[in-house]
Amino acid sequence: MPATTKTNKQLFVNGLLNENPIFRLALSMCPAVGISTTVMNGILLGVAVLFVQVFSSCTISLIKHHIHPRIRIPTYTLTIATWVTVIDLVLAAYVPAAYEAMGIFVRLIVAFAIITMRLEVFACKNDLVPSFWDGMGMGFGFMFGMVVLGAIREILGMGALLGYDILGFRPMLFFVLPAAGFFMIGFMMAIFNYVETLYNRGRKERKAI
Amino acid sequence: MTPPLSHRTDRPAPATRHPRQPRIALLLLCLLLLCGCGADHRFVQKAEFRDSREIVITFAGPVDPAWAENRDHFSVYEKPDPDIPAQIDRVELGPDGRVLTLRTSEPISRDIPHKVVLEEIRSGGVSQGTAHLTVKKLYVGHLFSILIGAMIIQNFVFSKYLGLCVFFGTSRKKSTAVGMGVTFTIVIIAASMMSWFLHQFVLKPFRLDYLQIVVFIGLVSLTVQGVDTILRKVNPALFKAFGVYLVLVIANCIVIAVPLMLADNEYTLLESLMLAAGAGLGFLIALFLMSSVRERIEFADIPESFRGLPIAFVVAGLFALAFMGFSGMTIY
Repeated sequence: MPATTKTNKQLFVNGLLNENPIFRLALSMCPAVGISTTVMNGILLGVAVLFVQVFSSCTISLIKHHIHPRIRIPTYTLTIATWVTVIDLVLAAYVPAAYEAMGIFVRLIVAFAIITMRLEVFACKNDLVPSFWDGMGMGFGFMFGMVVLGAIREILGMGALLGYDILGFRPMLFFVLPAAGFFMIGFMMAIFNYVETLYNRGRKERKAI
Repeated sequence: MTPPLSHRTDRPAPATRHPRQPRIALLLLCLLLLCGCGADHRFVQKAEFRDSREIVITFAGPVDPAWAENRDHFSVYEKPDPDIPAQIDRVELGPDGRVLTLRTSEPISRDIPHKVVLEEIRSGGVSQGTAHLTVKKLYVGHLFSILIGAMIIQNFVFSKYLGLCVFFGTSRKKSTAVGMGVTFTIVIIAASMMSWFLHQFVLKPFRLDYLQIVVFIGLVSLTVQGVDTILRKVNPALFKAFGVYLVLVIANCIVIAVPLMLADNEYTLLESLMLAAGAGLGFLIALFLMSSVRERIEFADIPESFRGLPIAFVVAGLFALAFMGFSGMTIY
């Protein structure tokens, strides 16, 4: 497999938009549904995922020549598990209240398909610097998705943003319920699809002219 | 010791046309007695909680009303703190002299086992000795409530929002959904049992709690690999049907969430088994429901942007709303 030809900026934007982990790849949906009720939760879990993704990508790209192909998946899993343990202990020590709110989800980062997938698809074939930017892109893409979902749900559900009261009333309490997470993601995906079809149609017309 | 006659007459006569019925009833009775009704004295048949303030004790024969009237003969306390006795308000003897009800002045917690001491029980003028009884919740009921809780009330997919990647990936067709659900149930039970043993006998004694994540995820991968190898050799036909789903099990976060929950809540072996089985069966139920709906959606006229995953998410949201109806339910 050839190494990537994209520039670092392209790699970053790719993770943020074109291959957004939540809306486009539809991976790691559990936290997106379960705890995207507030912006703060989104940012914190986003930071945790960013940390694990970047450090695992870097680790794997550094030791990629020493991994036997047949045991590569277990190697990925153990690398991720190690970094998850690190962030788990750090969060539990420094932000205990937020850690409590996120519950089991921090430790479940270990089973996120998105991280393993990036290691398998990207980090094990590329050098340290592109892997770092790919990890950054994916991590920020995840955080972006979580923050967008969190903002919409917090405003519609609580009438607040980042804990500050903005609207002064609660428009639709329904959006605080975790069940609304399913609806939100469904609609966001539909919007992304719609924008894509519009964009493609526009490009075709431009070509025709 | 022969049981008194009344014991036999108040049971419904077994139907002679169905010879199997009494045997099953007997088996159930044995099971119930085995699983902690707390009768550890030969003259006491049963001791159980009723309401929040009553303990009911059933004797093998009628006891003397004069003995039952003296309140000094009875004492109740929580098993962990024997120093703090519960105040007994009232002692009532049933009309046949076999059922004794102790009523405490304050509500007692059913979750904590209680000790009941009955001093010098007198029946028909003869002393039957002192009885030390342990009263606790019916263990079978407790296990059953964990099973149902994990399966329906706190369904892992619709109430805890875990395992969604695999859930949406394999719920397109009913056959796939059932295959995935069955495979998943088997793997999660095996993996949870092993991680329970490892946690209780290795991680906890050696204070290696911080290695939980690494150990459990490694164990899950090993289990999947083991089941894969064994199935391939032992039953190739079954492997052909279910082998594809085995790889997917690792990507499911329920399979790692359950061992972590077992470790956090310090469940016993049987409780762990019930939680794992409930999680697996709950996932199977969720997959089956979802695939039934999605098979029909295939033929529906849906706006173009909603086709595929987006509409599946909206359907899952409706299911989650429906499952919210179960929340707060308690069994036993």
